[in-house]
Amino acid sequence: MDTTFALQCPIPIQDYPTITLAHGGGGKLTQMLIERMYLPAFRNPLLESLHDGAILSLAAPTNGLARLAFTTDSFVVSPRVFPGGDIASLAVFGTVNDLAMCAAQPLALSAAFIIEEGLPMEELWQMVRSLARAAEEVGVPIATGDTKVVDRGKGDGLFINTSGIGLIRPGIHVAPTRAQPGDVILVNGPIAEHGIAIMSVREGLEFETALTSDSAPLHGLVAAVLDAVGEAVHVLRDPTRGGISSALNEIARAANVGIRIYEAQIPVGDAVRGACEILGLDPLYVANEGKCLVIVAPEAAEAALAAMRSHPQGREAAIIGEVVAEHPRRVILRSRIGGQRIVEMLSGEQLPRIG
Amino acid sequence: MRFLDEYRREEDVRAFLRAIERTVTQPWTIMEVCGGQTHTLIMAGIDEMLPETITMVHGPGCPVCVTPLELIDRAIAIAQQPGVIFTSFGDMLRVPGSQTDLLSVKARGGDVRMVYSPLDALKLAQKYPDREVVFFAVGFETTAPGNAMAVWQAKQLGLRNFSILCSHVMVPPAMEAILSSPDNHVQGFLAAGHVCTVMGYWEYEPIAERYRIPIVVTGFEPLDLLQGIYMTVRALEEGRWGVENQYTRAVTREGNRAAQELTFCVFEVCDRAWRGIGVIPASGYRLRSEFADFDAERRFGVDRVVATESPLCIAGQILRGLVKPHECQAFGTLCTPEHPLGAPMVSSEGACAAYFNSGRVSR
Repeated sequence: MDTTFALQCPIPIQDYPTITLAHGGGGKLTQMLIERMYLPAFRNPLLESLHDGAILSLAAPTNGLARLAFTTDSFVVSPRVFPGGDIASLAVFGTVNDLAMCAAQPLALSAAFIIEEGLPMEELWQMVRSLARAAEEVGVPIATGDTKVVDRGKGDGLFINTSGIGLIRPGIHVAPTRAQPGDVILVNGPIAEHGIAIMSVREGLEFETALTSDSAPLHGLVAAVLDAVGEAVHVLRDPTRGGISSALNEIARAANVGIRIYEAQIPVGDAVRGACEILGLDPLYVANEGKCLVIVAPEAAEAALAAMRSHPQGREAAIIGEVVAEHPRRVILRSRIGGQRIVEMLSGEQLPRIG
Repeated sequence: MRFLDEYRREEDVRAFLRAIERTVTQPWTIMEVCGGQTHTLIMAGIDEMLPETITMVHGPGCPVCVTPLELIDRAIAIAQQPGVIFTSFGDMLRVPGSQTDLLSVKARGGDVRMVYSPLDALKLAQKYPDREVVFFAVGFETTAPGNAMAVWQAKQLGLRNFSILCSHVMVPPAMEAILSSPDNHVQGFLAAGHVCTVMGYWEYEPIAERYRIPIVVTGFEPLDLLQGIYMTVRALEEGRWGVENQYTRAVTREGNRAAQELTFCVFEVCDRAWRGIGVIPASGYRLRSEFADFDAERRFGVDRVVATESPLCIAGQILRGLVKPHECQAFGTLCTPEHPLGAPMVSSEGACAAYFNSGRVSR
């Protein structure tokens, strides 16, 4: 009899009889799918670390153990071409970045294309070339791939999945669980650029801005920080969907620590600030594709900041907060005017307010 | 950034806080009318920086929150019809109706789209002449001119596939409803700056006289709010009543005449039901008979849809400032942004959502 209970869907059907967009938004509902459906169904130690990638240890012939990072990501962005990038380059950089957040140098990527019948051949060719260029920029081979075509109307033109493996730097152990009180939190530049750039060209919402997505590979920046401060790096995280608020909340929960951030110190470009003010959005919840949260031991903070600032992807890097022992599992923001508020994880999709 | 940073300087905020502390000698209860003001108060942490003696209560000025449940159900009934493109401002999409919400209608295949302006909905109607495009026209006097413009343009263009589901409400009748309630304890108001940008503030002068209450037209930046609170407290301490204007950079006594003319060319005043409060006489707008062709309720025959509220939701008391969100039994347990029982938990302007998202559990 017990087994019948185990077969029941763990998410009460009356709550969500169907999947909504918010289940893929990177916020609370995504978290609920992971915690209540995927983890119980797939339970194993590799998955349970809930890192950006799984970490596999292999016996290496010469120097003991080699550790590989293994990760996958699917890309469904609309529109496919946006200011500062496209779905194909994003598919390369996104997976490279997930590897970089495990302190891994990318070794090889796979690319799988799910194509809707009717996609112009020229457009596929453009995307393939863009993917090749991005892989070349990173210096990682596309080692394997797959193509599927679905009926017209059953896909949005083109979806891309990429998986990647990378070699983790020996002696480096980064994981969300390693954040500890006293650690300093840095970000490599102005936040929220990808989400706002995408929004600016989405049908029905077009607005004029010179803003471009921050989509970029971060393995070089991460290598520079690791070269500078090595083991003092405790956590690396790319705050993609759900923005830095969701990433920081995940870290606070994983490590059972409090996080304190300072609104005035968080870099936000004028174009993004303006767009967020007008649209009623909070940049803390807007997606990034070329940003990295770096959490380091306090004595290494200045050196890490200098290393980031000397790298092209980190010129506007800043210290934005610290890990504290108080208020465990909570992220607290000190507002620009000196007030305080708790920063919750994104709930549902962030929806613009009525004017 | 200009027009933002100068209204968010910490030293200026401190100066106003000190001025308020020096002025206040007894407890006062002040209501900020507009949800945008509630949002700033909570997100900047202002309510917790004020002296304990000043209680801010959060008013009914969140359009999402006061749109009646049956209007949501009517919107859903229209959005479910084949061939309809249903358009709305973003934060209306998650408001629960009796059975479902608009985002769930979208998840099941309905064509529900978020737009930033009713004129974008109008563009969709031109682009898809064989589809019915409906815009959910909610809001206070602030959004009325834009919605009126969309209808007026649709008529000029002879568009037959465009209509609005109208649930417009007005601020002054709601303030009167709160003041005339026997359990009212609001002693001063921060009036909604953007509503007054359109309508001016002459309408508030008789209310201030009748109820002998200070009303300060206030903006939305942290310094605007602090100055508005300071002006209200000073009036209360000095025993003065009347209307003052803090938001002089946007608001004049007469308001925007052109916007008012357009609004009343398309709309006329009518009784409106407010979610959680009930029907308030002469408190909203409906389309004038000349524009009745653009009325989605008539076009889709949904004007008979009726609905009942969750008995657990005390949104009405929240919206009248009688109870604070965290004092509700369902707050954060049965009612969360993922599973809102009522609209104030949905919109980021809603008092319950603002409390929840900022982790506010006390005071």
